Amino acid sequence: MATVSNELILNADEVIQRATDRGESDFLINKKKEALELIENIDMPKPDKTNIKRWDFFTMSEPVVDSSVYNSLEELPESVKALLDIENTKNIYVQHNNTPAYLQIDEKLKDKGVIIENIVEATHNHPELVEKYFMQDGVKVDENKLTAFHTAMLNGGLFVYVPKDVHIEDPVQMVLLHDDEKASLINHVLIVADKGSEITYVENYLSNVEETKEQINIVSEVLALDNAKVTYGAVDVLAEGMTGYINRRGIASDDATIDWALGLMNDSNVINDNTTYLMGDRSNSDLKTVTIGRGQQIQNVTTQIIHYGKDSNAHILKHGVMKDSATSIFNGVGYIKHGGTRADAQQESRILMLSDRARGDANPILLIDEDDVTAGHAASVGRVDPLQLFYLMSRGISQEEAERLVIHGFLDPVVKALPIESVKRQLKEIIEMKILSK
Amino acid sequence: MTSVLEIKNLHVEIDGKKILKGVDLTLKQGEIHAVMGPNGTGKSTLAQAIMGHPRYEVTQGEVILDGEDVLEMEVDERSKAGLFLGMQYPSEISGVTTSDFLRSAINAQREEGDEINLMQFIKKLDKNMEYLEIDQDMATRYLNEGFSGGEKKRNEILQLMMLEPKFGILDEIDSGLDIDALKVVSKGINKLRGEQFGSLIITHYQRLLNYISPDFVHVMMRGKIVKSGGKELAERLEAEGYDWIKEELGIDDVTVESDVN
Repeated sequence: MATVSNELILNADEVIQRATDRGESDFLINKKKEALELIENIDMPKPDKTNIKRWDFFTMSEPVVDSSVYNSLEELPESVKALLDIENTKNIYVQHNNTPAYLQIDEKLKDKGVIIENIVEATHNHPELVEKYFMQDGVKVDENKLTAFHTAMLNGGLFVYVPKDVHIEDPVQMVLLHDDEKASLINHVLIVADKGSEITYVENYLSNVEETKEQINIVSEVLALDNAKVTYGAVDVLAEGMTGYINRRGIASDDATIDWALGLMNDSNVINDNTTYLMGDRSNSDLKTVTIGRGQQIQNVTTQIIHYGKDSNAHILKHGVMKDSATSIFNGVGYIKHGGTRADAQQESRILMLSDRARGDANPILLIDEDDVTAGHAASVGRVDPLQLFYLMSRGISQEEAERLVIHGFLDPVVKALPIESVKRQLKEIIEMKILSK
Repeated sequence: MTSVLEIKNLHVEIDGKKILKGVDLTLKQGEIHAVMGPNGTGKSTLAQAIMGHPRYEVTQGEVILDGEDVLEMEVDERSKAGLFLGMQYPSEISGVTTSDFLRSAINAQREEGDEINLMQFIKKLDKNMEYLEIDQDMATRYLNEGFSGGEKKRNEILQLMMLEPKFGILDEIDSGLDIDALKVVSKGINKLRGEQFGSLIITHYQRLLNYISPDFVHVMMRGKIVKSGGKELAERLEAEGYDWIKEELGIDDVTVESDVN
């Protein structure tokens, strides 16, 4: 009989043996060893106001599952095709559960030295780059027990490198299709935008299984070197019953910008940590997230922007809709470190409650160790305004349609920030489906 | 057929406080009625209660539209039955453009499968916006969000012209408008005037009635209609104020707080 376990039981030798059998690089295997040695003595993360003591973050049916590959975009399942603008898609990586399944890159980008490769292969082919950035300045192996677990059990992901001054015009898209009930996604995305470069990256995590008890343990590291610009979009639609730890981290150097637009549409319990370090002077981050909670789902959405650089700017905008008995904790942190002169930290969190049983909590936090700064926050948890409904209904619009319009309007500022039209459309459809579901 | 809206002995409370204390009024299509009166006498409550504002509770009386019980209808059904309320403080609806909203509203009035053709809609919208001297960009702005007071009122009239209801109830549509905006708003209402349109215009000031000539004028005090007449009543109020009515009725305090009974 399967018992739900929140205890970590790892056979280190077996983990390493399996990684070796799969032909992983020495670098990766050493990282895994390092993580396995540390893991016992590292604490769990402590997401503010969410008790994760009973969450099972470790049980996996299989460390890696094998899935089919695709020879062309045409072969992709319809659910994936819907996310693409097939004729215009130039740069795409498809991962089928844990298997790198399809890769297409614009030839011109290859000529310019752009690297888009699955992460395991990249550790073989580009050690000088991967070793320099993989879990160094971004997320640390020993940051908490789940990042160590991530390192030890890593079974997929993507590496993207944009050389100096290269501007990638067409977005780079990653689609992860999750359709094996035994697959856990321990996925690592590493994006390095070298000085003066630009990239728009969009990822879709999509479950085609209804419900499964597996792990989502995703770490994304985004490094924008001096004067680089990264626009990062994501739509997560993973299945109910999984346990999620999703850590997306940005590091911006001088004059660099990292903008996020995240559609957090998972049906599982999830800890979302989206932290950006504004290390450089005049660095910027604009962070937009949107989430819908339904059923019994519990979500913790912690967004943090930490200012080290002078004249650095941050703007956080978070909107959430809670239905049924869902719980959502929004922690927004703007932290200006000593030396972050003239930094500007702004944030706004709004939660719309659609049910009496749902819970929502918006906690804006400003931590400021510098005098000459500007900062502001706004937070609210509320219901659909009955006067808005009255207004819309007084024009003949039904209550259901009026609520739908108000909710769409509420989420629109984030939806419209997503950089790919087909992904924007997908997010709208998912929002629609979630709002209408009983 | 000429539609008739009858308000009979209407009593309305808000949070347990009695506001309307027996209003009787009959409107026919083709007629324009003005309801006037000092502040706090229940004029806006009358307008909101007819439309079904969630905070207003009807405790007694009837509202009948062509024999149908309006008070039994949901708010959207009242609209579909032919009522329209131009609001004093229209809500801001973020993320919904004025144009999308208007199209949803028009289609809500129609049967499924009989939605308005997009080109037809755009043509009608452009024509009405031009008539009301509204900037074209309002169509793509979020409904009422960041609109000035004047823009909001023009937008209400735009909606009125787009939806072409049987009865337009206009709640202090003139408040906060400068003279040019007032003229434009009046122009819109006058355009609709005719056998297919009846209106109940709630106003605090007589000046709106310089541009829209009412067929009937009613004065509200203490939650009731205390005097009715023609256009000349509005003119006398403009010249002399309300004191003569108070004297006639022998009251000092006109507001709903004072006890009528």
